[in-house]
Amino acid sequence: MSQSNFRIITNGILSENPTFVQCIGLCPTLAVTTSVANGLGMGIAATFVLIASNAVISLLRKMVPDEVRIPIFIVVIAGFVTVIEFLMKGFAPELNKSLGIFIPLIVVNCIILARAEAFASKNGVIASALDGVGMGLGFTIALMFLGSVREILGAGTWFGMPVVNFEPAMLLILAPGGFIVVGCCMGAFRALQARAARMKGLAVPAEASTGCGCCAMAKFCAKSAAEKADCEEAKA
Amino acid sequence: MTFTELLLLFISSIFVHNILLSRFLGCSPFMGVSSKLKTAQGMGAAVVFVIVLASLMTWVTYNYLLVPLHLEYLYTLSFILVIAALVQFVELALKKLNPTLYKSLGIFLPLITTNCAVLGVAVLNMNEGYGLAAALVNALGSSLGFLLAISLMAGIRERIENNDGIPVSLRGLPMALITAGLMSIAFMGFTGLIK
Repeated sequence: MSQSNFRIITNGILSENPTFVQCIGLCPTLAVTTSVANGLGMGIAATFVLIASNAVISLLRKMVPDEVRIPIFIVVIAGFVTVIEFLMKGFAPELNKSLGIFIPLIVVNCIILARAEAFASKNGVIASALDGVGMGLGFTIALMFLGSVREILGAGTWFGMPVVNFEPAMLLILAPGGFIVVGCCMGAFRALQARAARMKGLAVPAEASTGCGCCAMAKFCAKSAAEKADCEEAKA
Repeated sequence: MTFTELLLLFISSIFVHNILLSRFLGCSPFMGVSSKLKTAQGMGAAVVFVIVLASLMTWVTYNYLLVPLHLEYLYTLSFILVIAALVQFVELALKKLNPTLYKSLGIFLPLITTNCAVLGVAVLNMNEGYGLAAALVNALGSSLGFLLAISLMAGIRERIENNDGIPVSLRGLPMALITAGLMSIAFMGFTGLIK
């Protein structure tokens, strides 16, 4: 594997990790990380859709008129989501049940649309598929990490095996635990990043962005609209 | 469904199963658009409008198009297309018919297509097998829950935004997430409200 291809993969895992660095795809991250197995399942499903849709969108990139590219991307993604839904119903019905509504909602997971827009619509098929592998792995690792933290501290188990001998804090596998664990992990990740930057003698990033700053979908997405609204308000 | 059941569904979809704080649908705008109270309310109002309309349209699509043709498995694809077309249409109609409303809601409309709350409520209505009335009540309740949660969140964030006591690495999104966690604990208090 050439070095640039290798870099495309590691890019998604570390320097552009979709969950901790780009802070996108929050809904499934918060909802399915109640156990590490759920996190792994969601990660695999999203990775499959990412690789397949990235490859197909890259193949279509010269045929798609610019004005209607987003609807076309969404149709491609929705097609693959239907495929993975069938596969999960057939081969992993238990997992499908526990992920529930979040399988069809992969369609609106902004990681996938963002990669289609930012990478696959500008790069070749192989590079796009590898980008899907990297981003998918980054997402899966983040989900498994969060799932492990929540399952170990909240239920006292890991992949269903008992691992701790203290009374687990149930709160962490309930809804509030999702927000709190993801918030704390993101804060810790940023603190580590700042420390690494300081040790290399680089400038420490001043303040964490609200999330979508570096996201490719910012143009279409919530944050930019909010900024526009604030801006118009200030003018008025 | 009887009227009492519908009323219970309405209340539980606002408080007990709050779409943001217990179902985790629509978290991106919840985090992205909640730094100012006024924008948060604009986004919330646009979401109420679109979720109710989209639930009506997807319910009709599912029950009168997909079920008779035995194409139920195409629901993801058809729902997202219906929602995207609907949002475009609403934007055009609003621009022509009510420019004042368009000015306050218009900019939020295009982003709602990829907001998972809209598709999420449509899929929930389908999974639960709700009739039209129940689907609409659930849509209205869920989206009002969204408006409530995002307004509360913005109110809190306006106060913590300039707090220098928060460690630098927790400022912004991580702190917003932890705040949402505390709000979610508060909303858990509603759990006993409805059996």
